[in-house]
Amino acid sequence: MARAASIQTRIGFTALAWGIALLLFAPILWTILTAFKTEAEAIASSPTFLPQQFTLENFGAVQDRSDYFKHAFNSIVVSLGSTLLGLAIGIPAAWAMAFAPTKRTKDVLMWMLSTKMMPAVGVLIPIYLIFRDLRLLDTLHGLTLIMTLINLPIIIWMLYTYFKEIPVDILEAARMDGAELYNEIVHVLVPMAVPGIASTLLLNVILAWNEAFWTITLTSGKAGTLTAFISSFSSPQGLFLAKLSAASLLAIAPILLMGWFSQKQLVRGLTFGAVK
Amino acid sequence: MGSISLSHVKKSFGEVQIIPDISLDIKEGEFVVFVGPSGCGKSTLLRLIAGLEDTTSGTILLDGVDMTKAPPARRGLAMVFQSYALYPHMTVRDNIAFPLKMAKAPKEVIDQKVEYAARTLNLSSYLDRRPRALSGGQRQRVAIGRAIVREPKAFLFDEPLSNLDAALRVNMRLEITELHQQLKTTMIYVTHDQVEAMTMADRIVVLNAGRVEQFGSPLDLYKKPANRFVAGFIGSPRMNFVDGPEAARYNASSIGVRPEHFTLATSPAAGTWKGKVGVAEQLGSDTFLHVHVDGLGLMTIRTDGDQTFSHGDDVYLTPDPARIYRFDAAGLAL
Ligand SMILES: Nc1ncnc2c1ncn2[C@@H]1O[C@H](COP(=O)(O)OP(=O)(O)OP(=O)(O)O)[C@@H](O)[C@H]1O
Ligand SMILES: [Mg+2]
Repeated sequence: MARAASIQTRIGFTALAWGIALLLFAPILWTILTAFKTEAEAIASSPTFLPQQFTLENFGAVQDRSDYFKHAFNSIVVSLGSTLLGLAIGIPAAWAMAFAPTKRTKDVLMWMLSTKMMPAVGVLIPIYLIFRDLRLLDTLHGLTLIMTLINLPIIIWMLYTYFKEIPVDILEAARMDGAELYNEIVHVLVPMAVPGIASTLLLNVILAWNEAFWTITLTSGKAGTLTAFISSFSSPQGLFLAKLSAASLLAIAPILLMGWFSQKQLVRGLTFGAVK
Repeated sequence: MGSISLSHVKKSFGEVQIIPDISLDIKEGEFVVFVGPSGCGKSTLLRLIAGLEDTTSGTILLDGVDMTKAPPARRGLAMVFQSYALYPHMTVRDNIAFPLKMAKAPKEVIDQKVEYAARTLNLSSYLDRRPRALSGGQRQRVAIGRAIVREPKAFLFDEPLSNLDAALRVNMRLEITELHQQLKTTMIYVTHDQVEAMTMADRIVVLNAGRVEQFGSPLDLYKKPANRFVAGFIGSPRMNFVDGPEAARYNASSIGVRPEHFTLATSPAAGTWKGKVGVAEQLGSDTFLHVHVDGLGLMTIRTDGDQTFSHGDDVYLTPDPARIYRFDAAGLAL
């Protein structure tokens, strides 16, 4: 049997997969372990694997020095706010591109994607100046706005691909049934695209949560998110290695948990049984 | 309520002209069938009436009101799609109720109409199911239910039965015809099945390459086809055509004889055309003979099911002189 013959191969691949996964996970594991070490142990010249002196004082110190909860709150506001705003713009935009395309639709899509290929520093000065003049520097709404704009191409692209899968007949049926555009989108398109919209939402929350370049350059004290929080603990001397690890752990924990719990939701698909 | 009038409607997709120029008057309460070969523009014409496509030029009047530019939601027409196009995330009840909800009908009215439609269509026990959990015939009924609850000016059907098996098709055909007799609402029905067209229609529009070849009652089209295309398209099996010198004997560029309009003999005495049987399709009630006629080619002949024929038999055919259709060089009936 072909299956039996491939058992070795399968064991081999499984081992390889675990090996790669562990390799990728190693830095995160190291960060987690270091967060529970004392500063001295963390920079010891012969590094220890498990904390010799298990301690939670790094977490306390981190919270004292730089308010974790304020930054976490900012991260939540910015990542959720920008994603929801992005969806509110992206859903109608993707509807238009998927169901009412013109000759230029493909070009517009490519153009939007191309903005993601440009290095962000390329527009740092103009954006910084615009933000300064509009008094958006270090504000949550300013940050939410820039995050929305940064992720909009991805949101539209993802929604566009999901919407393309939806049979246009069903939307036309809604039109025939007397649904104006708003009802067509809210009562028919969106419910049918829930899995796609959910994965778009999750991915964009993650992207916005992890975004560091703009959050660090456009904020200082007030509107800083968790990425700004982490960066405030990095110092060239390495005296704060354990605290930096504790800060990183605190910053990534919420999003890791969210990713973990939403795994199934991301994968679940709705089948379109109504169309043959 | 429910007259539909098209005048000089044209439709192009980009450079390609699909409908060159169509004018049609569909009377209130009529059952009109659009037939024609695949790609001739039947669906396009229906979608223009529905408002799902914009006309390139021309006007569409519904009940005398110019609706050429109105969006589908405002036209007050209902459509049943070939794919059924049910809302997969809603129960059967919500599917049927959707047009009423869009029309902001009060809840009691919605419930009452949905119950009534479900009873009429034998769907009462499926109201809480999702479309996914229904058979093709049941889905089709839900689609019809969704169309009837809103009491539209007219129903538009685009090949609604083509996804069903043969037995179910016959049933649904009857049900739709009965529905029309009950509701007396205008219906436009697209099909390329000419049996559906002949049996259901008050009047048939025969389309070819975006043009109306003829618009008339089924028997009109059968008895007095306006041209060779209609003659060949209506009737099953299709009409036999002969051209050349044999047609010239009848003062025509070509002539046509339906398979059912021959007398058949096995002795040379009574025959005009002589041929050999190729295939004999014996259906019991009828027999269709495919005969290779000397000098004229293959012809199909219908005869009763009692006689048996086999491959290679000599037969002699006489077309019924009163039922020979004559066409000029342009294919128009003479
Ligand atoms: N959106 C479109 N863009 C470009 N061409 C189209 C479009 N829709 C239809 N066509 C073309 O218009 C012609 C008529 O199409 P239509 O769907 O109306 O044919 P039909 O008579 O319904 O055929 P069938 O019996 O196969 O359903 C076809 O040649 C088709 O390729
Ligand atoms: Mg069609």
